[in-house]
Amino acid sequence: MIEAILDMAPRWALLHAPALLIMVPLFLAPLLAILPSGRLSWLISIFATVFALFCAMILVGQVQASPVGVVGYDVGNWPVPIGITLRVDALNSMILLLVAAIGVLATIFSWPTVKAEIPERKHPLFYSAFLVCFAGLSGVAITGDAFNLFVFLEISSISTYVLVALGAGRDRRALPAAFNYLIMGTLGASFYIIGVGFLYSATGTLNIAQIAEMLPELAGNRSVEAGFAFIIVGLGLKAAVWPLHQWLPNAYAYSPSFVTMFLSATATKVALYALIRYLFTVFRPEFAFEQATFTYLLMPLGLAAMITCSFQAVFQTDVRRTLAYSSVAQVGYMILGVSVGTVAGVSAGLFHLLNHAMIKGALFMAVAGVVLTFQGTTIRDFAGLGRTAPWTMTGFAIAGLSLIGVPLTAGFQSKLQLGYALFDQGMWWAVVFVVFSSFLAVIYMGRILEAIFFRPPINPRKSRKEAPILLLVPLWILALANIYFGITTELPLGLARDAAAAAFGLEAF
Amino acid sequence: MSSELLIWAALCLPLLIAAGIAITGAFSNVREGVTLTGATILFGVVIALASKVSAGQVPELYIGQVAPGLDLAFKLEPLGALFALVASGLWIVNSFYSIGYMRGNRERNQTRFYICFAIAIFGAMGVAMSANLFTLFVFYEVLTLSTYPLVAHKGDAAAKRGGRIYLLTLLGTSIGLFLMALMWTWALAGQNLDFVQGGLLAGYDIDPAVATALLILFAFGIGKAALMPFHFWLPNAMVAPTPVSALLHAVAVVKAGVFTVMKVSIYIFGEDLLNATPGREFVLWVACFTIIVASLIAMTKDNLKARLAYSTIAQLSYITLGAMLATQAGFMGGALQIAAHAVGKMTLFMCAGAIYVATGLTNISDMKGLGRKMPLVFIAFFIATLSIIGIPPMAGAWAKYELMQGAIDRGTDFVPWVLIGSSLLNIAYLLPIPILALMPTPGTPEPKPFKRPGGAPFFTVAAPVLTAALCVVLFFLVGPLADFLSPAFENPTSSAFVGGQP
Repeated sequence: MIEAILDMAPRWALLHAPALLIMVPLFLAPLLAILPSGRLSWLISIFATVFALFCAMILVGQVQASPVGVVGYDVGNWPVPIGITLRVDALNSMILLLVAAIGVLATIFSWPTVKAEIPERKHPLFYSAFLVCFAGLSGVAITGDAFNLFVFLEISSISTYVLVALGAGRDRRALPAAFNYLIMGTLGASFYIIGVGFLYSATGTLNIAQIAEMLPELAGNRSVEAGFAFIIVGLGLKAAVWPLHQWLPNAYAYSPSFVTMFLSATATKVALYALIRYLFTVFRPEFAFEQATFTYLLMPLGLAAMITCSFQAVFQTDVRRTLAYSSVAQVGYMILGVSVGTVAGVSAGLFHLLNHAMIKGALFMAVAGVVLTFQGTTIRDFAGLGRTAPWTMTGFAIAGLSLIGVPLTAGFQSKLQLGYALFDQGMWWAVVFVVFSSFLAVIYMGRILEAIFFRPPINPRKSRKEAPILLLVPLWILALANIYFGITTELPLGLARDAAAAAFGLEAF
Repeated sequence: MSSELLIWAALCLPLLIAAGIAITGAFSNVREGVTLTGATILFGVVIALASKVSAGQVPELYIGQVAPGLDLAFKLEPLGALFALVASGLWIVNSFYSIGYMRGNRERNQTRFYICFAIAIFGAMGVAMSANLFTLFVFYEVLTLSTYPLVAHKGDAAAKRGGRIYLLTLLGTSIGLFLMALMWTWALAGQNLDFVQGGLLAGYDIDPAVATALLILFAFGIGKAALMPFHFWLPNAMVAPTPVSALLHAVAVVKAGVFTVMKVSIYIFGEDLLNATPGREFVLWVACFTIIVASLIAMTKDNLKARLAYSTIAQLSYITLGAMLATQAGFMGGALQIAAHAVGKMTLFMCAGAIYVATGLTNISDMKGLGRKMPLVFIAFFIATLSIIGIPPMAGAWAKYELMQGAIDRGTDFVPWVLIGSSLLNIAYLLPIPILALMPTPGTPEPKPFKRPGGAPFFTVAAPVLTAALCVVLFFLVGPLADFLSPAFENPTSSAFVGGQP
């Protein structure tokens, strides 16, 4: 399929794919803001995301075809170190593909929920903010410049605050949630930029590849180490690494359904990508302070996230909050995989990143369907929906089983890979945590599934049935993807392994 | 037919049957016809496969690679063929019985019941034929998930509670321990999980401590084998309708568990590595403990199905014990016990169900003198009891004999005493039931008239009589059966030594 796209793409697309991927959504965004019609802006958003997906596929193909595995693009033809470069390798082409694919599905499904949850006159502005956010996330993934990464991080974050706050139409608690997120997110971004400043003072360049080249000579330099610390904390905040996740549950629980779904599948993933980029490409695992970070910081935090947040998920009464805490726990799995510090570990972490995007995307889509038809998100509201909305709820159940890690689902495969990476390094005790956390997932998903399929409905409004078809189709695409990629993992595992190899600067896995 | 096609057929038939049941659900006679025809064809397919196995062939089917080192593949060896034969053969008997029971009891949601049943058989077939631990694990979980709606079939509070315990225990142990053991094995064997004659891990230099940990994870992680302390799901699963208890919790599900234990012992560890593993002794002790304690608990139960459930727990540990003896005779005893216990315990459950349909009685103390009204049922019960105890000429005798032989070969002298003690306990808690029913003490009041006019439906009586007859037949067929099974236990490293087989 990727070859076919490479063949049919016009020359300008092949040549400028990295730039177009960001520029098209970014420049369409202000246009949307002045459009009068919400429906039109929705259609244009679909066009923008589909176009970005097209560019992302071209990039994946080009990276695979490239002998060095890197596609570089100097913006405005200004060479390094004056200009900004966009640099795509197997690692970020995977992330770009993920963001764009989720973006397309999210936009398609968004219309019914946006219509129901956002006041009509704000529809064009809403989609405008969404496209800015989308462009920002893609920009973080694609740029090869440390400062530019900060810019895109802020572009995506500020638009996210707006998107979260728009949930106020449904629930006023969205406003404090957005404010909380704004404070925390700004702190994270500030930490990141301070870290970049330290690196700049030590190396004199902002280009990521150049920084990476110069760092080994600067071993023992205090400002490099300080920069490392600031960057890890800053990006960790964005990626919701425990205990820096406090902004996440409320932001997910009260923002519009569409925003929750899109953010849960992309935002933390992109921040995690940036973290991996810094941990493995810029800094090297061979640096003594980085080994210490893995052993004494990231691994304990990952384990703590898996256990504590799974426990918190068990005690939530709101389905969206349950899933939000579960998301933090799942980030813990990815951090755990990364902190193993081997190619197998990073590839397991990235593999789970892909799978988790599919799982949470499907789960939040189904929840959006329930919000739309029954206006409720507590577990009580879900009671008996298995009979009134079988299609929506079966999609939910498939993704839920995948989250638990039932065999022949994508979630199971990521647990196997993670377990392998851990056993390979003799860390059997960490597997105990993984397994215990999975068991907690059985409980918190089991509570919801039991309510859906085995309890009689209590909510009297449950006369309306399924979610609209625009919502069901993307939901089922994701649900079936969970099964398909649980049976044959060639595509995502291949992407994840190439990406992990690229993070280490290796040719192939 | 080629063996690949036969394996495809054995896997797809139960699913096709499930689909057929779903389509014809509105017409109950057609639906039952689909089940019975399908089950018979499936049995024919399995017999064809088994005859290929006994001719020395190895039917194989490779479906594809899920991830590097994880294949979805099937390979039938004698042990698996035996399990497949038992499960599919008894499914036919059980289908007849189910028809009588479910209709006689006027149960609801019968279509869902039969669909889940067919899917459970699909899981059992997959477990029986899997060529590697990954495939086995996948079907093991299919079996767990498909039987949950069966356990919770009634839908009242007790059924839901039983179902929840069932699901949480089986999923918890399998994800918590079994999966971990699987991943560990996968890492130790260099991304390989195939079942290898003589043991997958035998070729690797495995630390005894690691092997011990791995064995303990397997032994307790395979929760369907009901080793104490992970046995409590089985009594809780008895809230299910009796046909479920009969086929699934005496044959398919629990046997899938102990079958997995045997597969892991023989083809993942292998006789030699198992011997060198210190933890083997520990698991052996736990199995002995389970046998005795479960029998003692069984004595305290007045509810017939609960008593049978604890008896099942004890009898299942025979097979774990046989595997942990790690001798050819031990493996053989375990394998024979799979077949012998299946027919015996299934008979007992079906009798319990027949009694319940006819009279509504569940407590043993109410059944005194009932044998006069239901003679065939209690005679079948009596024969099956003798088989469970291990008295010739019933099938259970051979299994016990081989296990004792294996224990003596291994030099573990206490095991025969445990087996003898278990037999005595069996006599104490099972034999009084048919004897008091058939020959009540003078002064026992006449049993009340049947709750269901006409007594037990024909099928619910014919089915246990048939399986009781099988208990006797199997005793005389043990020679061919042992010949059929023995290639499974051959140890390539010590093939010069020829053990004494009956």
